[in-house]
This record gives sequence, C-alpha cells and structure tokens, in this order.
Amino acid sequence: MTGFIILLAIVLVVVISVQIGKIVELANKIRGQEESERINSDRTAFWLLVFGIALILGTIWSCYHYKNFMLGYGPHEAASIHGKKVDSIFNLTVIITGIVFVLTQVALFYFAFKYKGRPGKKVLFIPHNNKLEFYWTITPAIVMTILVVSGLMAWNEIMADVKEDEDFIEIEAVAYQFAWDIRYPGMDHKLGTRNYKLISGTNGLGMDWTDPKTHDDFIADQIVLPKGKKVRVRITSKDVLHNFYLPQFRVKMDAIPGLPTYFVFTPEKTLEEYKLELRKYPEYLEPSDPKDPFGPKKWETFTYELGCAELCGIGHYSMRKVVKIVSPEEYEQWFNKQKSVYFSTVRNTVDDPNKGKILAGEPVNTSVETKDKVDTTVIILKDSLNKK
Amino acid sequence: MAALTHLEEEKLIKEQGYNDHFYDHHHGDKHQMGFITKYIFCQDHKIIAKQFLITGIIWAIIGAGMSVIFRLQLGFPEADMAWLRPLLGKWIVVNDDGIGSLDPNFYYALVTMHGTIIVFFVLTAGLSGTFSNLLIPLQIGARDMASGFLNMLSYWFFFLSSVVMLASLVLSTGPFSGGWTAYPPLSALPQASQGSGTGMTLWLISLTFFVVSVLLGGVNYITTILNLRTKGMTMWRMPLTIWAFLITAIIGLLSFPVLVAGFFLLMFDRGMGTSFYLSEIFIGGQALDNVGGSPVLFQHLFWFLGHPEVYIIILPAMGLVSEILSVHSRKPIFGYKAMVFSMLAIAFLSFIVWAHHMFMAGVNPFISNFFVLFTLIIAVPSAVKVFNWIATLYGGNVRFNSASLFAIGFVSMFISGGLTGIFLGNSTIDIQQHDTYFVVAHFHIVMGIAAFFGMFAGIYNWFPKMYGRFMNETLGQIHFWGTLVGAYLIFGPMHYIGLAGVPRRYFRFDSFETFKQFDALNQFITVCAIIVFALQILFVVNFFYSIWKGKKVTSKNPWESNTLEWTTPIKPGHGNWEGNIPSVNRWAYDYGKDGVDFIPQIKPLAEGEQHSELHQ
Ligand code: HEM
Ligand SMILES: [Cu+2]
Ligand SMILES: [Cu+2]
Repeated sequence: MTGFIILLAIVLVVVISVQIGKIVELANKIRGQEESERINSDRTAFWLLVFGIALILGTIWSCYHYKNFMLGYGPHEAASIHGKKVDSIFNLTVIITGIVFVLTQVALFYFAFKYKGRPGKKVLFIPHNNKLEFYWTITPAIVMTILVVSGLMAWNEIMADVKEDEDFIEIEAVAYQFAWDIRYPGMDHKLGTRNYKLISGTNGLGMDWTDPKTHDDFIADQIVLPKGKKVRVRITSKDVLHNFYLPQFRVKMDAIPGLPTYFVFTPEKTLEEYKLELRKYPEYLEPSDPKDPFGPKKWETFTYELGCAELCGIGHYSMRKVVKIVSPEEYEQWFNKQKSVYFSTVRNTVDDPNKGKILAGEPVNTSVETKDKVDTTVIILKDSLNKK
Repeated sequence: MAALTHLEEEKLIKEQGYNDHFYDHHHGDKHQMGFITKYIFCQDHKIIAKQFLITGIIWAIIGAGMSVIFRLQLGFPEADMAWLRPLLGKWIVVNDDGIGSLDPNFYYALVTMHGTIIVFFVLTAGLSGTFSNLLIPLQIGARDMASGFLNMLSYWFFFLSSVVMLASLVLSTGPFSGGWTAYPPLSALPQASQGSGTGMTLWLISLTFFVVSVLLGGVNYITTILNLRTKGMTMWRMPLTIWAFLITAIIGLLSFPVLVAGFFLLMFDRGMGTSFYLSEIFIGGQALDNVGGSPVLFQHLFWFLGHPEVYIIILPAMGLVSEILSVHSRKPIFGYKAMVFSMLAIAFLSFIVWAHHMFMAGVNPFISNFFVLFTLIIAVPSAVKVFNWIATLYGGNVRFNSASLFAIGFVSMFISGGLTGIFLGNSTIDIQQHDTYFVVAHFHIVMGIAAFFGMFAGIYNWFPKMYGRFMNETLGQIHFWGTLVGAYLIFGPMHYIGLAGVPRRYFRFDSFETFKQFDALNQFITVCAIIVFALQILFVVNFFYSIWKGKKVTSKNPWESNTLEWTTPIKPGHGNWEGNIPSVNRWAYDYGKDGVDFIPQIKPLAEGEQHSELHQ
C-alpha cells in the first residue's frame, strides 16, 4: 500500500512538472522569444548574485555558528601537546583558504550577474593576458609554499619516534574485530614478545611466556595515562586493518596485522580538567539523555574515547574504549593495582611453558591461586626457596 | 566579416573540405542495417555514446538510491524501515514489535556499492565514455573512431561488468561490503565479513571487465585524436574538450593496469594461498599461515590508480565546462594554452601524489614529505584553471541556460572542494581529518557534485546533437537550482561534523560520547539528500521525455558554436558529414573577435586577419 502511494506520488510529481515545463514554454512563446529571453536573463542573473551572497554569508555564519566544532576553538581544543600545532596549522589554512574562497566565489557569481546576456552586446575579446596569468600562477605557488613548509615542519616533529634515552611510557594497542586490547609493559617498562601463532582462548594476544619481559605485562580495560608524560603507543592488529583514533588528542594511525606502527604523543589535560572546560559551554550543560531531563549533563558523562577509523567490518562503529588522563600520582596508584596476566591467570597452568621452573625474582605466593593444577614438585621447590 | 550563413557553410565544406571517398563504397553502412546492428551491436560512435550515457543514468539512479537508504539509517537510526522489506527482503531485520531496521552487513554493502557504482560506472563510464565517444570524432572532424569494433567491445565489456556487479547485489550473502577502496585483509578473507566471500569475487571480476572496457576505449580515443584529425586541425586548434579526453585517456591507460595488477595479487591471496597482502593474521579462531605480505602494498597499488582516477573523472568535466562557458559567454576561453598546460601538469602530478591517501596508513613519515609537497603543488594548476574560468565570464555576454548554469555551478563546487583538499593534503591536518566526514565532504563536492555538474552541463548542451531535440529548459533550471542549493546543504554541514571528529563509515554514532552529538545535523542532511534525489528524478524524466517529445532543433547550430559537430546535419547519420569532411582554419574560440559574434572553425582567415593565439 505504502509502495503504491509512493509510486502514485512520484507519477503525480512527474506529470505536474512536465506540465509546468510545457506551460512556461507556451507562455514564452506568447511573450515572444526576445522578450522572454531578456526576462529569463535578468531573473537568472539576479538569483545567481543572490546565491553567491548567500553562499558567502552562509559559510561565514556557519563557521561562526559551528566554531565550537572547529579545531582549536572552544571546547574543541587539542588535549595533547602536538595537537596544538595541528590546530594552529588548521587555522592558518582556514584563514588562507577562506580568503581565496570569498574572492573567487564573489568574482564568479558577480561576473555571471554583471555580464548577463543581452542581444547584440559586444564582448571583450581577451584570449589571454600573460602578465595576469603569471601573477595568478605565482601567488598560489607562494601561498602553497608557506603551507607546505609550516605543515612539514610540524609533521616531522610530530611523527618523530622517541629516542633511546628519552623518558616515556610505552603501551600497546592491539585491534581485532571488534575491540581493542591495551597492553601495559608492567614494572620493567618493556613490552614482552608476542607471536600470533600463540594466540589462544587463554592468551588473546599471543604473548610468548618464555620471554620474561611478558611476565609483568598487564591488560587494562581502559587506557589510563598520566598527564604530561610522553607516551609511545605501539599499534597493531590481529586480523584486518583498524585505526587507533583518539579524536581529542589528534592521534590517528592504522593498525596493521604483521606490521606494527606507532604514534607518540603527550597528553596535556586530565579528563577532569577537560570536563571542567566543557562546563563553560551551553551545549554541554544539556542533559546527556534527552529522555531524562534531570539526569547527568553532557559535560558530566563526557569522556575521552578511543575509536576505530578504518573500516574493519560490521562492528567497525562499535570499537570503543574509554580513555582517562590522570595526574601522575593517580596513575601511579592505578598502575600498582593492575595484575599481571601471567601471574594471575597463566602461571603454572597447563598453558605455562615455564611450569615447573623457578623464575628469577618471582613473587612467591602468586601461584597459589592456581592450586588445582599446581605440580607438587614446584611447591616443594618453592618451600625450599622460602626457607632461605 | 560576419558569421556564416547556412549556405556559405555548405559551400565552404564542399570547396575546402576533404573528400575521403567515404560514400564511394558505402562501407560501414552495410553493417548498420537491422535493429540489432543499428542499436545493439553498433559500431557508430554516436550510438555507443548513447549506450554509455543511458547505462550510466540507470546506474546513477541505483547508486544514488542506495545513498538515500543509508542516509535514512544515518539520519533516523530509530525509524521503522519495515516498509523497505518488499525491496530489501531479509536485509531489513524486523524485531518482535514489528520495527524494521537495516542489517549492518547491508549498510556496509550499500556504502561500498554506492562508491563503486558512482566512481566507476557513472562518473568514469557514464561521463568520459559518453562524451569522449560523442565528441571526439565530431569535434576533430572524423567519420568515426579509429576502430569502431574495439569501441563496440568497450561498451560491451562495460555492460558485462555491469551485469556481474548487478548479480552480486542479489547474492544471499550480499555484495562486497569492505568499502570502494577494498583494502585487504578485510577484502581478502571471507572470514572477515559476509561480503568478502562471493560478493568480493564478483566485485573483482566485474571491475576487471570494467578496466578492459576503459583500456579499449582509451586506446581508441588516443589513436583517433592523434591520427584522424581533419585537415587543418592542429593540436593547438583542438577544443579543450578534446584535450581533456586525450589527457584523460592517457592517464587511464597508465594507471588502470596497475589497479588490475593489484586485483590479481588479491585474487591470488584469496584463492591460491599466496601472501602478497597477508601476514600474521589470527581470525575466526585460527592463525593463518600467511607471513611476509603487507596490506600497505595493496594501498599503494590501489591509490596509484585511485588518485589518477579522480582526475580521470574530473578532467572530462573540466573540458566540457571550458567549452560550454566559452560558448555561452560568447567569449574565447581565457588562457587556452594555460588551460592545456595546467591539465598536463595535473595529469603528470596526479601520478606522484597517491600516498596522500595513506598518510596515516603506516607509511614511513619521511616519505610523506614528498607527497605533501607534490599534492599541494597540484593546487597551483587547479587554481589557474579556476581563475581562467572566472576570467572567461569577465566582459562576456553570458547566455543563461541549463548548460551554462551547470557549468557555473561546476566552477563554484570545484573551488569549494578544491580548497578543502588543501587541508587534507597537509599531512599535519590530515592526522585529524583522515577518514572523517571532512574527507567525505571534500570528495563529494570536488569530485561527486562537480563531475555531475559537468556531466549535466554536457548533457543539456549536446542533447540537441544527440537526439535532434532540446531538453525542457524550465525543468532544467529547476533541476539546476535545486541541485546547487541542495548539494551545498548536504555536504556543507558534513565539514563541521568531520571537524568535530566524527569518523566516516559508521553504522551508528550512539556508542560514542564524542560522535553522538550531531543527530539534528544528520537528520537535516538526510532530508536534503532525499529532496535532491527527487530532483534528479525530474532530470531523468526530462531526459527521456525530451528524447521523443522535446522541442525540435530547427537549425544546425542552435548554440552558435564554432566547433565542427555543429556543421553536421541536425541528425547526423553514420559517417557524420554527408559530403566532404570539413577542414579547419582556426582555433575553436573565435567568439566576439573583431566584433563578430562567432566565427566557426571551418572559416578561413579573412584578409589581413591574425590568429587569435600564437602557433595556431
Ligand atoms: C587541490 C586539490 C586537491 C587536494 C590537495 C586533495 C587532497 C586530498 C587528500 C589529501 C585526500 C585524502 C584524505 C584522507 O583520506 O585523509 C583526498 C581525498 C579524496 N580526494 Fe582530493 N584533493 C584535491 C582535489 C581533488 C579532486 C579534484 C578530486 C576529484 C575530482 C578529489 C577527489 C578525492 C577523493 C575521491 C578522495 C577520497 C577517497 C577516499 O578515501 O574514499 N580531490 N584529497
Ligand atoms: Cu574499524
Ligand atoms: Cu588523491
């Protein structure tokens, strides 16, 4: 039924529009060709001018109206150090392209208006003008040079990898259909080896437990990082392409199976600080859930987020992870509370290649929880260790 | 000196034209007798042009219709879509309350098909295929293409490609759904997505046929332009349309084979266990054996075509617009040579900028320096073209009709979309903007809308040559104004959504605090998209109505153009000119020279008259 009505509506619109077309043509015939051409010319020229003005004004208005969406304005300021540079080059480009936009669109629509057709009017016969053409080739070239130079200086700085002796935290983001695993290196600050062939139900990342560096690695259900400290994220994927995207930090990098990538950035605002900023803007004072007018406001429910920015399948839109930037002290506390994957779930189970061996500096009681599978010889060894 | 009368023109062609003895043997015509050889397996370039155009229009309706469905999902994710069930069947999942929603598998299939169809079938085949075929022989003064047979094959490979793609739409697992760029491993592994099984196989086969079609067409266009120009038609006297088609065909010939190479390696990975693009993958509970490949390799191969492809789409539109703006401003195109050189520069540069699509794809950031540099250099010849179009209007006597209006709209769109390219070409900004709605806005305005505008301008302008009738002007202008305003209203707001960080290719936005704030804008965009789609139906109606019922063309040269196609009979038969082939004595842009409204190319220089440009 609905289908039929839609079909009917379409047919009706078609018939009406064809009739309009016919009627106007008939009216033109009655009016005489020259007369109707003049009217058409005037009318069209007028509307082109109106459109040109509306386009410019509309663009300026919308820039102002939506300025809080633009990089570097209002609540939309980068929360990382390099992000400030991204924002400033963005704004430089806005200004330059904005000027070009206004000048060219004005010229286009104004000339169309001004030089509207009139029978018998003489035109200016100008096939070319070398001087003019030289200037309008060289000017964009110079402007582009400015943009290229400033852009590339920032780019090479932003994309530079960390140096050996630098103080930084390295974490690893592993993407898969359709979620992220975030691995921290633990006390030794070194991420242990992984091998995709070792991936199993109990070892989602394929960590190689024979590498002692994996033993203190832990997997966090949120990305938690201290403010003001350089972070190197090692980014990789288990299956298809994904992309590690932190919108508020101007961080984006593909996650590629078999080819780890990285992104280095320094968070500059804690989540709490960012939320307090948001509170200054009316759009964030609205209730987060429109159905619950007295519930929490938008700025309260806001959180930094990690998303995926490379099409990876049907769950692409749902690869969310909460990101928290905290003070160094809070970070320390949080860090110390995390449990190593190895010692909390693997040690001395059947999956443990080190089963039966004593690990250097092993905290002694950790394996007690996995008691059902513990080999008695290990306990004896441990006991003897305890006595020393 | 005055413009030519009809009789003078006939006389000129008779006296000065070139007798190629075409009518001595009636060759060609004997193959064009029955309905089948005349309209189906036809070797006449004009019929083939119409075949490309009408197939393109059908694909455009399908491709744009798909976008309406996925825009509904984006604008009104909670709305009941059960009414689409008769059309989409099981892809509308109806819950217990009777509320139907779009299956995300199908959402991604729609987005993928929309991109593939519009980019390849509509804006490559439908635009370049139509107008290269129609205008090359007519404007250079040739009886037909160099090889009518290859030309026919070119269309039928496109047809075959279309059939295969259509077949993939009705598969039970759905068509390919990994994006028009088809990045592996998603496109390589059937385990990764429903559409990556048979759907992807058909997609690859279809596009391989398509490339064959483009190559056959391209070889023919180049050969024809280089070898079959009539007497006096030097390269520097060719209309800009022909330059554009020539350069487009060369780019296509150089870049499409690379895409096919990439496709073949992908087929090997899919079917023969090779590892060109695959390494260290764990999927579906299983670790694959493939090691050592790189998904980034595919992206290089893809974009080595992919970037030139966007110019394959826009250059013919630029050519059409240059010609139309000049004719309807009654003025020469400003800076003819600069136009040619800028097209050549764009063509050359388009081969060394491909990695600007891959700044955030794990390419060595040092290498990106070169790609930023070359990418932003492209803005210079692009800017020169824009200035020249604007200068063409300056001091003119602009005749407003659907063709010239769409040409003006093209320039406006090209400016707006080109400027956002400058943001994206700067890798620093692209860190944030890559794969967001900002990119979607950029390429729809600069390529999608602009190329469609060029195509519309071309159709309105050359419809009289194709069918001997005019399209309805009133409907054409309604179509223009609605589409111009509507297109800006659809894609303008997307820039802001993108700046706010919202990624493209999301089925819903509501799981993210950052991305879910824009419901109102998304609804607005969807409503505008539906209206603009409806306006295109108006165009289609006008097109088909006018083929049979449009106002008849009564003079050979209704637009008072200089180019050769308007010296043919109103409805040219096979061989285009009835007697001799006209010869050419001047460039195509003597409009308003010495106070004369227009001087056709066939007219010899008057005594003491100089050529308007050097080296003609
Ligand atoms: C001033 C000139 C231009 C520059 C500097 C430029 C730059 C760029 C860049 C850097 C991207 C990649 C954005 C990203 O994915 O992060 C891009 C995307 C794109 N551009 Fe342009 N562009 C320009 C003009 C054009 C033109 C003339 C066309 C077509 C006629 C075009 C079509 C496209 C398309 C189709 C995409 C998106 C492909 C995809 O990811 O699906 N661009 N442009
Ligand atoms: Cu994804
Ligand atoms: Cu490109």
